[in-house]
Amino acid sequence: MGATGTTLPASAGAPEHRASVITRFFSRENRYLPPLFITLILVVGQAKFGLLESFSRTALAIATSMILDMLLARLVLGKWPNLASAYITGISVGILIRSPAFWPYALCSAYGITSKYAIRWRGRHLFNPSNLAISAMLLLVPEYIAALSIQWGNDVWPLIIVWILGALIVWRVRRFHITLTYVLSFIAFSALRSLVVGDSFLAEVAPITGPMYQLFIFFMITDPRTTVKSFRGQCLVAFLVAAMEMVLRLGGSINAPFYALTIVGPIALAIDIWRRSKATPPVPVAAIAAR
Amino acid sequence: MEQAVKPSRTVQIGLAIFFVGLLAAPVVYKRYQRSEASSAAKMSKAQALSRYGFYLQESSKASGIDFVHQAPTLDVKLSHIMNLVASMGAAVSIVDFDRDGWEDIYVVNSKPGSRNALYRNLGNGKFRDVAAEVGLADVNLPGTGVSTGAVWGDYDNDGYEDVLIYKWGKPELFHNDRGKHFTRVTEQAGLPSWLNANTALWFDYDNDGKLDLFIGGYYPEYLDLWHLKTTKMMPNSFEYADNGGRKYLFHNLGNGRFEEVSAKLGINSRRWSLAAVAADLRGTGYPDLFIANDYGVSELYLNEGGKGFREAGKEAGVGFSPKSGMTASVGDILNRGQFDVYVSNISEEGVLVQGNNLWMPKPGASTKAIRYDNMANTFGVELGGWSFGAQFADLNNDGFLDLYVATGNVSLDHGRSYWYDYSKIAGGNQAIISDAANWPPLEGRSLSGYQHKRVWINDGEGRFKEVAQMVGVKDVYDGRSVAMADFENRGALDVVVANQRGPLLLYKNTVAPGRHWIEFQLEGQRSNRSAIGAEVRVFWAGQEQLQQVSGGSGFCSQNERRLHFGLGSGTAVDRVEIRWPSGTKQTLAHPAIDEIHNVEEPL
Repeated sequence: MGATGTTLPASAGAPEHRASVITRFFSRENRYLPPLFITLILVVGQAKFGLLESFSRTALAIATSMILDMLLARLVLGKWPNLASAYITGISVGILIRSPAFWPYALCSAYGITSKYAIRWRGRHLFNPSNLAISAMLLLVPEYIAALSIQWGNDVWPLIIVWILGALIVWRVRRFHITLTYVLSFIAFSALRSLVVGDSFLAEVAPITGPMYQLFIFFMITDPRTTVKSFRGQCLVAFLVAAMEMVLRLGGSINAPFYALTIVGPIALAIDIWRRSKATPPVPVAAIAAR
Repeated sequence: MEQAVKPSRTVQIGLAIFFVGLLAAPVVYKRYQRSEASSAAKMSKAQALSRYGFYLQESSKASGIDFVHQAPTLDVKLSHIMNLVASMGAAVSIVDFDRDGWEDIYVVNSKPGSRNALYRNLGNGKFRDVAAEVGLADVNLPGTGVSTGAVWGDYDNDGYEDVLIYKWGKPELFHNDRGKHFTRVTEQAGLPSWLNANTALWFDYDNDGKLDLFIGGYYPEYLDLWHLKTTKMMPNSFEYADNGGRKYLFHNLGNGRFEEVSAKLGINSRRWSLAAVAADLRGTGYPDLFIANDYGVSELYLNEGGKGFREAGKEAGVGFSPKSGMTASVGDILNRGQFDVYVSNISEEGVLVQGNNLWMPKPGASTKAIRYDNMANTFGVELGGWSFGAQFADLNNDGFLDLYVATGNVSLDHGRSYWYDYSKIAGGNQAIISDAANWPPLEGRSLSGYQHKRVWINDGEGRFKEVAQMVGVKDVYDGRSVAMADFENRGALDVVVANQRGPLLLYKNTVAPGRHWIEFQLEGQRSNRSAIGAEVRVFWAGQEQLQQVSGGSGFCSQNERRLHFGLGSGTAVDRVEIRWPSGTKQTLAHPAIDEIHNVEEPL
């Protein structure tokens, strides 16, 4: 979660007149689908469960994210950005961190957006912006923030609804295999951890029933801008994130999923970019920068 | 579409510097703060007195107090998380049980077979445990459960404070026989045979002149924690649990008997209550009831003319964001003549930063409705670690209420934390979290242990400053219950802290010279004789401060009934207005300062 919705395919430039409005809305070309869904989660979650620290803090995260993205895109790339990406970064920060203070929301958004422009290789940013930002905040200012820990109430229905809707969205944007691979890996690693540490399997698998993981698996690890290109590669990376997370969990890391993605994601992406650059002729600088 | 350009080297370097600067900023700021705090912590007593106006000296042993709390040991099915599920029980309350004019201390114990203590104030700075002599020691017999707190109130208006000892087990009501002995009257009073409570208070909800009793359950009352049939007895959510103990409201019938009326009067809740406070929050003349709940939202029961209660937590803004409420205290922190409410919660670095709540009434509150803003962050009283009991009190007699917060949950192995395992289970669905068998074993690890306490002094202008280390509060026991009293009748509030599996601490207070005070000892005539619920407003030097006589507040605690007001450099009090629970209003013109005033309700 953090970069954008989906990458447009080559044919996406022409309008699909025959498709109905609903079909187009739920098409994978609609890069606003994930942000809309996250917004829906946010509004319903806040109304029903008090998911956020407050709307104003989330608004601050979103505003910081969008304003900084406009400034840096103009300054660094010389163009105005599509703000869907910044919106997702901001709203992710607003949902996923919890702090009684306001400034962490602005600072976290600033970390995410700035990293997009400051840490680039061959024209692409390597880190998922909100993931890197949250990891940095958890490492640098843990006194003031925590990752989302609030639950979806105490019955199972909100959980089921989020899972169904989330699965539908990522399926529509052709990333369901990433989520599925990660979930299956997490469950398998939970069983393994249970054997290793002696705690019950249910205790080990419990975290994935919480909302933080649902946002993580549906929107963060599936981010098109910071995942590798191939189907197999994406599955492999999802598995490696889960594996890294298990290692971190065995070391008692509470925020293991964020750290695991921060470690594995950029390495995998860098390797992917390097391999592809070897296999294909060089691309003009302007085209790279436009990505 | 606009053509993107490759950024110049200057822009790239500038961007890198900006990013590194962003990352470094909070680290640099934290280092600066730490170095300031570190140098301040080395302050001498004289420096602290000069700078903050008071100093707290731990004096329990020197005062003859040698009480050490022993924790409950519950059913063996919970042995893997025993220190977690049995992490409460230490509690303290203040009373002048023999009416000799010196405040005494009652402290409870929680191991089956352990004894509670009643420290009689000898008036010379020393205390002596007389619990066994008066019949209040041996109340934790195996099979009867264990004490978790005690609240004092003169339920029969005979002039002597009686005591309810609430328990995980059989609650006990003792009648005070003229300060010489206590007689057990539990059955005659009609109290339930078993409950698992962590909060209780005396208040006269219908202002009929007889004290009523509220008891808030934590674990469900149908559980005998020593003989569990199932391990499915934990909260069914970390934040929305509704499978805790029921609430009781006992209406005083006046003949030594009580009638349970909670459902009839609209109090229906199975949240996991840890604290409650009653106060007239809206100026209706009737006390409202604020309940702080663990694993969920707080509840605010508005008193509808003594005829019923209406839960208005969401409507008032205090019942929306679920946290881990562990204390409920009221105080008029800006001298506005209104009560603010403080609720303690959990803050643990990078794991769970709930923050404590300071609920301050929004402008425009009326007798019909009241809304609150959480101002804890703005006022600087938000981050208090794993906060338990908290009390407002003017510790430095500067005319503004300060805040003492006991902190720390389970201190076992120093270097090993249970937080990782706790976070696993806390986020899980109800089927997982509600079964103790799923909870990973504690294995001697700490959970927010060895924490420093918070003593926040109020500048009266909207900021509190944390000074615990500087003013002598350096203990790191697992603090639970805090109570305040002027034990030497000299116009300075001392602090008593009950610690889980730790000693009872008595912090004697030295206040810098030149700071004045006034105290009021009230006795009701038409109102309940303890005067619980009476409000006193002191007007001096352009200030107005409101306090009330409380029948229990904080976490499992009760302050002295006497009301203490610091006056700062004020050399005179303009007037004092007392509103008795009966509705009678009384004004005292220009009462002498630096004195204790005994005031009887006019008939």
